[in-house]
Amino acid sequence: MANKPVYNIPIGPIHPAFKEPILFTFDIQGEQIKGVDFAPGKTHRAIEWMGMRRNPVQIAHLCDRICGICGVSHTLAFSRAIEQIAEIEVPERAHYVRSIIAEFERIQSHLLWAGVAAHELGFDTLFHLAWRVREEAMDVIEYLTGNRVNYGIVQVGGVRRDFTEDQFPRIEQALQTYEGLVNKLVTLFLEDTTIKLRSMNCGVLSERDALELCTVGPTARASGLALDVRSDAPYAAYGDIEVKPVLPDVYSDGIHGDVYDRIVVRLFEVVESIRIVRELMDQMPVGPVLWETKYAKILATCKKAEGEAIGRVEAPRGECFHYVRMNRSEAPEAWKVKASTYSNQMSWLNILQGEQIADIPIIVASIDPCMSCTDRVSVIRDGRQDVMTGEALHRLSVEKTRRLQE
Amino acid sequence: MTRQALSAEQIAVILQKNGPKSIHDVRTEVWAEGLKKTTVASIWLRTTPADLVATLETVIDIDYPHLAVVSGVDTGDAVELLYHMQVFYGIRGAEVNITIAVPVPKKNLVVPTISHLIPGAVYTEREKQEMLGVTVAGIPDPRGLFLPADFPEGVYPWRKDETGITEDMVNHLWASGRPGDRPAPPVKPKEKKVRKPKEPATENAASKETIPAESPASEPAPAPAPDAPDIADVPEPEVNTNGE
Repeated sequence: MANKPVYNIPIGPIHPAFKEPILFTFDIQGEQIKGVDFAPGKTHRAIEWMGMRRNPVQIAHLCDRICGICGVSHTLAFSRAIEQIAEIEVPERAHYVRSIIAEFERIQSHLLWAGVAAHELGFDTLFHLAWRVREEAMDVIEYLTGNRVNYGIVQVGGVRRDFTEDQFPRIEQALQTYEGLVNKLVTLFLEDTTIKLRSMNCGVLSERDALELCTVGPTARASGLALDVRSDAPYAAYGDIEVKPVLPDVYSDGIHGDVYDRIVVRLFEVVESIRIVRELMDQMPVGPVLWETKYAKILATCKKAEGEAIGRVEAPRGECFHYVRMNRSEAPEAWKVKASTYSNQMSWLNILQGEQIADIPIIVASIDPCMSCTDRVSVIRDGRQDVMTGEALHRLSVEKTRRLQE
Repeated sequence: MTRQALSAEQIAVILQKNGPKSIHDVRTEVWAEGLKKTTVASIWLRTTPADLVATLETVIDIDYPHLAVVSGVDTGDAVELLYHMQVFYGIRGAEVNITIAVPVPKKNLVVPTISHLIPGAVYTEREKQEMLGVTVAGIPDPRGLFLPADFPEGVYPWRKDETGITEDMVNHLWASGRPGDRPAPPVKPKEKKVRKPKEPATENAASKETIPAESPASEPAPAPAPDAPDIADVPEPEVNTNGE
């Protein structure tokens, strides 16, 4: 083993398991990963640069398009920053609308992730099941906002649509659907022998490393770091209800910080989200949902604003952070967007170390860097370059599962 | 892990007492949302590049911070870096945001690394190096992060001086492929302003912002975004950048 040569294998820049095109470079000895490096920025869109040339009302809609899954988080974080600078008081009902849609976003995002995780493990029936049940959340989001993605519901000073009482039965119906599914999903994901074999003690991140590498969201919580913006720095309506960070010991015995724990955290956050939405609907106050309906007045207020503020939101993947500085002009003087994956990426270097090639897909996916589908891997051997397709990588993963089952 | 949470005011006092002397402009802000108006506190302070590490060490003595990100602003003759972090996370209602602002003069754009204290900071420091042209002294990994390998040297996208993005680097995708032989659509001439007699504030009396009648924005609003480019001004695209 020790005499085996070390090979350098790049994966990416276009690869389906990643939120954005990204290039991984692995040093592989035999089946084991000896070194990891990654290079993001393969489709940098310069959104911050564009934002610094637009006014806050326009930026809100640009924010919607930063991520196709976190359609609320970025806009909400940005709007909150602007509202603090311009001292805009958002109506109370709008806080509730914002929180309800954010929780549905979390449900659909976590189920999407669960499906991809199952797929990466070679368990495609479970992938299909998870994505089918995710549709319920997507349908509700469409019913409430008019869109499945890019909801365009949050704006500076409130929300653009109200959720009315006659829409509540449909929301309740979705919550009941998920309640009925929870036990089934927990059994399928967490009691399955194969998933346990593949995910336990795999891609371990210690609590200290989780903190030092600045991880956020479910990735941090699975390592026992109780970070959750909803309870640490309550925003919107989260201050009115009890939100507790979900740690893996709600289900497993203790906190291990492995891939299994990341599955536990996300599944039980869906359970938590169901409860949160219900409490929010019960307490929802009546009133307007917009501070000001005339765009001209919103623009004028923003234009006069001077100062800086931070808007933080707990996106499905973790803390979404926007820093804005306004200086009595139309466009912000500074705008920094920090998405959750930005914080979590550094942990890859740590958790991939020493693992096997076949585990790359699930470990990379375990921080939920936003999933699409697999691409191809270039394998360089003796100076010759071979292309390993996504199917081949996936097959390796499936074969490992089969071997374990024997 | 037993951590005794401190209030934002207490933290601000400790920072000024135990931290380096260069800490100044310390201010504490609170913001509240929701029915219960749950408050969240932030501390903003400024220091010098030389004292950044000492300031961060003072914060670490209070509680090991969770570094969110480092952001940066070009303020003219300096580049201001802002280190955003939180302490006392995980304790309900106790979290405090701390932002350490460090103006780095453009004559000497060097700031020390903090990655020996917070290893995860390398990622955001790499971004600051390439986006703002700041040199992070002692950074363990000086490579770029987001910009492509063939990005021109000496251009820093977030800078607002001559080293920023120049107009010829910008792809106006909205203009590409646009037919150039069409007549410009008629533009409605702007209505002349008629100054209305000042009305007593009624409907918006509740909001604290009152807009003076002279403000151009109190005018009934050009509905499309005011900075939308006038189509007649669009230069005819010479090259179709879509590769058609």
